Amino acid sequence: MTWRYVVRRLLQVLPAVASILVVTFAIVHAAPGDPVVAVAGENGDKAYYDFMRAKFGLDRPLPAQFLTYSTDVLRGDLGVSYVQGERVSTLIAERVPATLLLMGTALVASTLGGIVLGALAARRPFGPFDLTVSTVALIGYALPVFWMAQLAMLTIAFRTGWFPIQGMTTARATYAGLAHWADVGRHLALPALVLAASEIALVTRIARTGILTEMRQDYVRVAESKGLSASGALVHHALRNALLPIVTVVGSRIGFLFSGAVLVETVFGWPGLGRLVLSAAQTRDHPVLLGMVLLVAFSLVLSNLLTDLLYARVDPRIRYR
Amino acid sequence: MSIPASATADLPLAAEAPAAADALAPARWRTAARRFLRHPAGLVGLVLVAVVAGAALLADVIAPSDPFRTVAGPLQAPSRAHLMGTDNLGRDMLGAVVHGARTSMVVVLGVAVLSSVVGLAVGVVAGYRGGWVDDVLMRITELFQAIPRFFLVLLIVALFGAGVDHLIYVLALTSWPTLARVTRSETLSLRDREYVDAARSIGATDRRIVIRHIVPNVLPTALVVIALTGSRVILLEASLSFLGLGDPSVMSWGYLVANAQRFLRVAWWMSVFPGLAIAIAVLGINLMSDALNDVLAGPSNRASRRRGRRSRNR
Repeated sequence: MTWRYVVRRLLQVLPAVASILVVTFAIVHAAPGDPVVAVAGENGDKAYYDFMRAKFGLDRPLPAQFLTYSTDVLRGDLGVSYVQGERVSTLIAERVPATLLLMGTALVASTLGGIVLGALAARRPFGPFDLTVSTVALIGYALPVFWMAQLAMLTIAFRTGWFPIQGMTTARATYAGLAHWADVGRHLALPALVLAASEIALVTRIARTGILTEMRQDYVRVAESKGLSASGALVHHALRNALLPIVTVVGSRIGFLFSGAVLVETVFGWPGLGRLVLSAAQTRDHPVLLGMVLLVAFSLVLSNLLTDLLYARVDPRIRYR
Repeated sequence: MSIPASATADLPLAAEAPAAADALAPARWRTAARRFLRHPAGLVGLVLVAVVAGAALLADVIAPSDPFRTVAGPLQAPSRAHLMGTDNLGRDMLGAVVHGARTSMVVVLGVAVLSSVVGLAVGVVAGYRGGWVDDVLMRITELFQAIPRFFLVLLIVALFGAGVDHLIYVLALTSWPTLARVTRSETLSLRDREYVDAARSIGATDRRIVIRHIVPNVLPTALVVIALTGSRVILLEASLSFLGLGDPSVMSWGYLVANAQRFLRVAWWMSVFPGLAIAIAVLGINLMSDALNDVLAGPSNRASRRRGRRSRNR
């Protein structure tokens, strides 16, 4: 990894951040309705509206307003929720840990599961196992994640009674230490499983294709000609190189994981960003939704940056394009 | 040295003519259609989509009364009178699901038409003109791709209001960039083909070249992308109405699944049937797009895609 690559890659963050700021600013400004009337009510006189407009800086030219908006956003000031009257940044920050726990678990589970399934499928391409996996994946792509969550409740939770179906902890229970985390784990299992299931098809496909490509490479043939078994060559040689593309897509998967987590959380009553988004959507609480857009967009920029740098660190062939 | 007109008529030009007319010729589309119907995935996909489209078209025949009207007792299990049961307000689930199909199909068709027009236009112009036009158009395209679609759509719908018309505009606004990028790279690879040069050398205008030679050859690849956009749009619309941001005046599948949430323990049918409808529609379109990809990417196209990739790597 050369410094030149790192610097170039860091510079690419700037246009991405600028795009996010421009698009969100433009959308909020193009929206119908006068924000001053929304805040001050219908019955104010003109002088009062002018006063309010000046107070919120809405009388200033658009570029100046954009500058204020950008510095506010970059400082982490996302405004105040219309409905809850609290700072959006506080509302979001309170709920991020629960969502990150869910997303992180699903990310790890779907990545590991996808690699295992992909490797098993690649052992005999177009064999019975491979065909089953790709058929299930095809169906999996078509199921909306919120419905998958309800199906999991209907088929697993209600039938077995093993999994709690709402929230993150048992109400009124006073677990501490390990017992507390075991309780959280029991609540986490099903939502994480559903979210992972919605992601696993993609990882499986990338792993399978990657392994099949690597298995055709000369170095694998050399390993095999030296007497290594096919599965030995797969595990010890092909898999390591096939893992690289899986790492690169993690960055772009973050966006899907966020939207998937939001939808799954609303079904399982998981106390993360999902319920915040649900209530904000139903009350048309724009500042909260804008905050979510910014949070996810910036997370995406950051995770893409990190995966690219990680990739360059692992694979010395990467320089710059 | 001047070449007699009659010589050019027979030479390379004539040899290239079939390739140029290739995409336009009904024969090629007929062959593709025949192969599509023999393609197992294509056939299954077509049947699934036909079921959903048929339900949407015949919604008023299958369920003549207003889907929001109470017709029976609440939470009745599926029976002969109500094949999919009734919901918590005693509304017929079958009627709700087929009217939901209508909403879904209207949104998908609207988005497909709008985003295809914009995506194709932007992609063809950017790829064909090149230079600063290309740069500007591609920067605008990237602008729209900088933000994750789901949350962007949530914000826009919350700000601008949720009607079916709004939904179509918003989803189209966030759908065209993929098509524009694919169309642009296809156009780039077609722009310098021999038959386009040949057409130019006999004095064809840019407009004629684009309409007769570029667009028809971009279309096969574009169709695959448009189909995939369609299935994404169904899922997005369902997710929006699941969160309560759909059009409240029409039935929609996402709303039905959300409504089932509180009654999951007592009325599985409220969740299972609308969810199944979404799955069937999405699976059908995905299968069709897979088959289209296999059928339409003929030898000439595959070669062009390889060429396109090489030029991008450079």
